[in-house]
Amino acid sequence: MGNFLVWVVWIFAAFACLASAVGVVTFKNPFLSALALIGNLGSLAVLYLLVSAEFVAAAQVLVYAGAVMVMFLFVIAYIGPRQETPWAGGPSWQAFGAVLAAAAIFVEIIVAIALKAGGRLAHSDHVNATFGSPGWIGRLFLTDHLLAFEITSIVLLVAAVGGVILGSHTKRAVEMS
Amino acid sequence: MLGPGVAWYLGVSAFLFSIGALGVLLRRNPLIVLLSLEIMLNGANLALIAFSRHAGNGAGQIFALAVMAVAASEVCVGLGLVVAIHRRRLELDVDRLSELRG
Repeated sequence: MGNFLVWVVWIFAAFACLASAVGVVTFKNPFLSALALIGNLGSLAVLYLLVSAEFVAAAQVLVYAGAVMVMFLFVIAYIGPRQETPWAGGPSWQAFGAVLAAAAIFVEIIVAIALKAGGRLAHSDHVNATFGSPGWIGRLFLTDHLLAFEITSIVLLVAAVGGVILGSHTKRAVEMS
Repeated sequence: MLGPGVAWYLGVSAFLFSIGALGVLLRRNPLIVLLSLEIMLNGANLALIAFSRHAGNGAGQIFALAVMAVAASEVCVGLGLVVAIHRRRLELDVDRLSELRG
């Protein structure tokens, strides 16, 4: 019974995830695209919970759906939502090439999965009770993956400095001109 | 709790990645390109976490969290660029912005 419920939740989450991803790419209004991406991130968090990655799911909702998407919506509101059709000006060779390349990537990944995995990729039922919990992740971060943890902080710092420089440079350029 | 196997998650992540790639290649608004990039990163994250559960090893989840931090910094710089372009009264179209000089 529990197994059946997991499948039902998985199918709902996966379809919501795929539909909202298609929505992000096809909506004309960037505002709607950003809202569809929030739905995509939320349903991905459900999928993460199903593979017992509780902390990553919580971080996904907090960092992505919370902070990053608010920044996106703020910038879209600042610039003003301008309509843009993905197929403007008829199907050009560029659009045709884009669809072809994306389809090629998809087929390639699916073939690779089918060849390498086959039916042998069923994960084991038993998993450690602490698997994916915040304490477990924290211990991993501060023991085995300490270097990655510190480098992540440096990356974030550099990005923040870059954002400040990008913001201030244009102001100086406008004053000079 | 024995749900769908890893192959199902990999299928979803493959679809997410290729839809994101389609958005990056097809759309011309830099904001939508950034949003599609997020979808690609999330597809990779889903594969990492599914494999982490499959192997019973935490390295995949650590990698996924690192990818999240990289995505946050990429959004920070990308949105800074978009705002800078907007302030210079340039058109927000990645086909028109093919030169690096102002």
